[in-house]
Amino acid sequence: MQLGQTEKPIGGDLPVVEPGHTYRSVSEKISNIVLDIRTPLGWFVAFGSGSILLMMYLISIAYLFAYGVGVWGINIPVGWGFAIVTFVWWIGIGHAGTLISAILFLFRQDWRTSINRFAEAMTLFAVVCAGLYPILHLGRPWLFFWLLPYPNTFGLWPQFRSALAWDVFAVSTYGTISAVFWYTGLIPDLAGMRDRAKVPLLKMVYGMLALGWRGSSRHWHHHQALYLLLAAIATPLVVSVHTVVSFDFAIAQVPGWSTTVFPPYFVAGAIFSGFAMVVTLLVPIRKLYHIEDMITLRHFDVMGKILLTTGLVVFYGYVTEAFTGWYSGSIYELFLFMNRFTGHYAPFVYLLVFCNLVAPQLLWFRSVRTNMTLMFILSLIINTGMWLERFMIVIISLTADYLPSSWALFIATPWDWSLLIGSIGLFIVLLFLFVRTLPMISVFEMQELIHNTEHGH
Amino acid sequence: MRKNFDIPSIRKRLEGTYGKKYWRSLEEIAETDEFQDFVKHEFPQGADQWLNPVTRRNFLKLMAASFAFGGLTACSANPPQKIVPYVRAPEELVPGKPLFFATAMPLGGVAMALLGESHEGRPTKVEGNPDHPASLGSTDALSQASVLNLYDPDRSQIISQGGMLTTWSAFVETLRGQLDSQRASGGAGLRIISETVTSPSLISLFQNVLQDFPQARWVQYDPINRDNSKEGAMMAFGEDVNTVYQFDQAEVIVSLDANFTQFGPGNVRYARDFTDKRRVREDSTAMNRLYVMETQPSATSTLADHRLPLSSAQMEAFARALAAELGVDVEAPPAESLAAVPENWLGAIARDLQANAGKSIVIVGENQAPVVHALAHAMNDALGNVGQTVIYSEPLEGTSTNQMQELRLLADDMINDRVEVLLVIDANPVYNAPADTRFAEAIRRVPFRAKIGLYVDETGALCEWNIPLSHYLESWFDARAYDGVVSLTQPLVDPLYSSKTAHQFVAAMIGQSESSDYDLVRDYWSNELSDSNFDTLWQTSLHDGFIADTAPPTKSVSVSTAEINAVEPAESSGLEINFRPDPTVWDGRFANNGWLQELPKPISKLTWENVAAISPATAEELNLTNGDLVELRYRGRSVQAPIWVFPGQADGTVVTTLGYGRTLAGRVGSDIGFSAYSLQNSDAPWSDSGAELTQVGRGYKLASTQTHYNMEGRDPVRTGTIDHFREDPEFVQHMGEHGPFDPNSSLMPGWEYNSYAWGMVVDLNTCNGCNACVVACQAENNIPVVGKDQVLVGREMQWMRIDSYFEGELDNPQPLNQPMLCQHCEQAPCELVCPVGATVHDAEGLNVMVYNRCVGTRYCSNNCPYKVRRFNFLDFVDYTTESLKGQRNPDVSVRVRGVMEKCTYCVQRISEARIRAKIEDRRIADGEVISACQGACPTKAIYFGDINDPDSEVAKLKAQPQNYGVLTELGTRPRTTYLAKFTNPNPELEDPNAHEDNGHG
Repeated sequence: MQLGQTEKPIGGDLPVVEPGHTYRSVSEKISNIVLDIRTPLGWFVAFGSGSILLMMYLISIAYLFAYGVGVWGINIPVGWGFAIVTFVWWIGIGHAGTLISAILFLFRQDWRTSINRFAEAMTLFAVVCAGLYPILHLGRPWLFFWLLPYPNTFGLWPQFRSALAWDVFAVSTYGTISAVFWYTGLIPDLAGMRDRAKVPLLKMVYGMLALGWRGSSRHWHHHQALYLLLAAIATPLVVSVHTVVSFDFAIAQVPGWSTTVFPPYFVAGAIFSGFAMVVTLLVPIRKLYHIEDMITLRHFDVMGKILLTTGLVVFYGYVTEAFTGWYSGSIYELFLFMNRFTGHYAPFVYLLVFCNLVAPQLLWFRSVRTNMTLMFILSLIINTGMWLERFMIVIISLTADYLPSSWALFIATPWDWSLLIGSIGLFIVLLFLFVRTLPMISVFEMQELIHNTEHGH
Repeated sequence: MRKNFDIPSIRKRLEGTYGKKYWRSLEEIAETDEFQDFVKHEFPQGADQWLNPVTRRNFLKLMAASFAFGGLTACSANPPQKIVPYVRAPEELVPGKPLFFATAMPLGGVAMALLGESHEGRPTKVEGNPDHPASLGSTDALSQASVLNLYDPDRSQIISQGGMLTTWSAFVETLRGQLDSQRASGGAGLRIISETVTSPSLISLFQNVLQDFPQARWVQYDPINRDNSKEGAMMAFGEDVNTVYQFDQAEVIVSLDANFTQFGPGNVRYARDFTDKRRVREDSTAMNRLYVMETQPSATSTLADHRLPLSSAQMEAFARALAAELGVDVEAPPAESLAAVPENWLGAIARDLQANAGKSIVIVGENQAPVVHALAHAMNDALGNVGQTVIYSEPLEGTSTNQMQELRLLADDMINDRVEVLLVIDANPVYNAPADTRFAEAIRRVPFRAKIGLYVDETGALCEWNIPLSHYLESWFDARAYDGVVSLTQPLVDPLYSSKTAHQFVAAMIGQSESSDYDLVRDYWSNELSDSNFDTLWQTSLHDGFIADTAPPTKSVSVSTAEINAVEPAESSGLEINFRPDPTVWDGRFANNGWLQELPKPISKLTWENVAAISPATAEELNLTNGDLVELRYRGRSVQAPIWVFPGQADGTVVTTLGYGRTLAGRVGSDIGFSAYSLQNSDAPWSDSGAELTQVGRGYKLASTQTHYNMEGRDPVRTGTIDHFREDPEFVQHMGEHGPFDPNSSLMPGWEYNSYAWGMVVDLNTCNGCNACVVACQAENNIPVVGKDQVLVGREMQWMRIDSYFEGELDNPQPLNQPMLCQHCEQAPCELVCPVGATVHDAEGLNVMVYNRCVGTRYCSNNCPYKVRRFNFLDFVDYTTESLKGQRNPDVSVRVRGVMEKCTYCVQRISEARIRAKIEDRRIADGEVISACQGACPTKAIYFGDINDPDSEVAKLKAQPQNYGVLTELGTRPRTTYLAKFTNPNPELEDPNAHEDNGHG
């Protein structure tokens, strides 16, 4: 028997890796996606349509910068519109990656191995998409650096009581740690790519990125220590970043924002949407690159369970929010609740209930969790639902707060939509560039997984 | 699918509610699908974002073409003649410090006394003239906005013949030739049409012209004229009189469709005198009582203690019945014509009036028929009010004419080719003459037509010669105020363009073409007064803004009811059409004034538009709803108009305002709304029956700045009866929401104010929602105009707004006003959330906005429970139009795109006072800092000052038991507080349930 070949499926009847893989086969298969095989047509289709959307995104930004945020549907009282809704949505999506890589790593969940690299990349790109929004949404975006605590001749600092100032730290820290964590994980694989690449230029580029990795025991020793450490550092960030984002709303006094349940409720929602996005992306990609043997039904089964769990937590959050609103006896909170379900935007709220609460109940069934088509559709539904949830929180609350005289509706303009859809283009382009240029599955971890299975660790 | 208001169910819903019934619009109480639908239409997707470069929003930007002449502004400075500053002599001119000069704005010929504020020779704003009886320091919205007209880039700027540039001397020569050819016939073919003239010097010039041309005719025409009161006086007294009311003496006022606190001569003074009797304090709870019978709710009726919607036809019957009840020798009308009047009303009002004989006023709106005016004269006479609260004197115009009749004659003469020379002096009859005069058609038949006017407007376009008219801030002028006192207009700036005044134009007709306006006015008065000490008198008069003792003496007249009885009672059938002055653009002359176009009209809060307003019951009957487009047909003519359902309007009426549908107003005012003049007839200029409405479309977008939902018991406006207040002064404190905590408690230490602590109190008991404050704020603080498409998406920029709410039943609700501006919270929610510290608390408790630091996150606005912050969503400021730059207040920054802004309590005025006080080494005195809104307010509803000083007026008001803050349960501790609004209902008419509703908390 060849060294490192898997005999029995890992993970019972739904294996994490299909049987028959060896160290070499894993390594070749993954790096060949980048180095050898012809790029599938699907990649061009996805990358091409992503580029078109990215172009739309850039045009929207140019137009926005030329005319101002008035090109959107925002007004007084609805000062925050799609930009903030989508910011929170992307940040939420960015949660799955770190959760998978860090927390599940610490908990030694073997199934995370084949999806963690991809999920981390997704996290990074989602954070990029998210991080641009707070800058784009500024009235004077060229002065965004005033939110950073940099030494300046004015002697001015950000106003640290504002949750937006906390946001800057939360998001940038999260972005930094995610990037470092992701890169650290990549180093051994980059070295593998360097060794396999035949084109001298590629050899050089991968070589430089690999930072001189030779795969010595010493290297591995340090690498594993650092990786563990970074996982430990990243873990609290999974919770903190969305907690801080939720403070944007929770510390304000707008009815529908000022709620102490927000931090856990936002984190649960973030994981919910993050896993949904992983599912959305992995279903087509595993098919495109024929890696169903590495990203298996087992993964979807587990992710389906997580979706179901976090979906229920989110539901609990809704109930708690409604209950505390009612229990407060505040006419503003009561009005808000009625306004959500009977007001102008009520159809969106009902749609949200369907997307986030009703539809995920299908995940109780294993047949649904292992049905790729259904999982794909469900993940899209959940992502829509989570976007609507932020719409409900951010926008519906603002349309009718305290003084009825100033109530007004928010109606999105084409520029609102183009920036939202365009940011998806940015995400797709980054993601497919990643798929094309870097190993999307962690080779060394896969080998380790096979090794562990074989040796019964 | 389209549904209309289910009016019976709305009524039912209102009946079924408990406590105070506040609501804002029909849709809101209907809570029906069409409200959603309506809202959807009101905030249309796609209407705003494509930034069509020719939209009105961009009007401030589209200036370039007109600015070949823009450079001329740079050459203007103070006028060459010596103008006399109001407080300090010009020698004291300190760069950077404004000077104030007394001046006056004529409107309909009547002077509104003002102080013009001049920054280095640039008039930037007007204030009221405190010494003048017509102003007492206050102004109205129109005069506040008039400054913008001076700088209007669309003003007529060159003397032109057939559109080509020419010169004054060329015109004078041509005019002389034309006049010479008329001399033989004594001027039989010469006609002059001007607006109403009360200026004694101008009248004398006209008389000189008419001496030269005895056969010529001088026609005065203002669409909003006083023909009805003139005819009413003729009916009652046999002669015309000017009526001046002494509201400060009146305890009971009956208004028959008179919006006297907002419209007409003396409005500002009347508003002050009237509300002076309503300044309720803990120790002085006396209040006058106002009954308003009217067709459509108005600013004045927001202060009414009792109001009754009546159509114009019903008004006459009501006046007759009330007169009969008061013992005037007239026949009471048949009972069926009083069907709309509740049973005990006439008796109760009559008894109340009689109990206050000599201390009451019956006042009639200009739009009411002459007989109603005559009846009011008779009633005032019967009540012994004449000489007490009602003073008669000579009419302001000297010999008054029936303007409509004169206009008809003129049109007739023109059609029959009897007119060879027509000179138009600042009148625009082609636009504003009633349709039946066919003026536009008639004027084309006149061989020689010349016009002097502020704009090349509809009339100017049909005149070969156009002479620019000087704006009043560029002119020497005189005019009588409402009480007849001669007020002087001093120019604050040399004419920006090659313009002439009406005096110069008329003088040119008698060979004095080179006279200056200054000489023409001054020489007249120097002759007239023939005072040995004229120079001193002149200086004093210029300083004060009026020539003392020039008011005509009181006139005694005797009432005869013979003619009243001879008038056939009005009969009405079908829908009654009513024409009204527009509360913002007036008769259309302010159509190109962006401030006024964007000014939300009282109660309806509509901007940029006129509408066909109907009552809820009429809407139900005709199956119409807000935003429906109708064909409004009347006497064979028709216009397309959007429908607005106006709660509280009289059933069976449709009310439209004049002043819209201009075709040549300029870049702002052309082609918006519909022209009510195109329906009007000269024999019934104000109201008539026989209108028809046919729906032709729907979903028209009306830019109202407010519409939404009901109050849900939030009580931002707290009201009660004065009796309740007398019994329980604290009742106001128990209204509204109360949070679980003491709103004044905090874990954090409070701010300490060691010097000043600025605060404001708004007395809702005197605010009539007239909007003067809103425009004053806009003028003072360089607030941009955004245009209808931006108002539709909720981006109006006014720092101050007047919220209005309805209380009570649908058919006759009580409209309520609430000026809302930055509350300068002690615990300001906005300050906490700004990530860059661009909005901060200052040492005197102001919540200040640091524009330069603002990056535009809009978090502050989201967190502001009062939603008083305004954001520059786009580049709303015009950087290119030279002429508009002159208006800007140099003490206030102009804000760029992406920056939040809001009320500053006029911090620039505080700074100015602080500097002055520091120089003089003293504290700022109470009343030394007057915010722009406070200064403009005709009813003195706004108080501002140092609340750290327990003796300041504002501190004393804050100690009143009816003083309350809005949304204080949030712990914001606002610096702006409100005094509750009271009514003083007649116990005979009081709703027995009304009392219990108060103070549910």
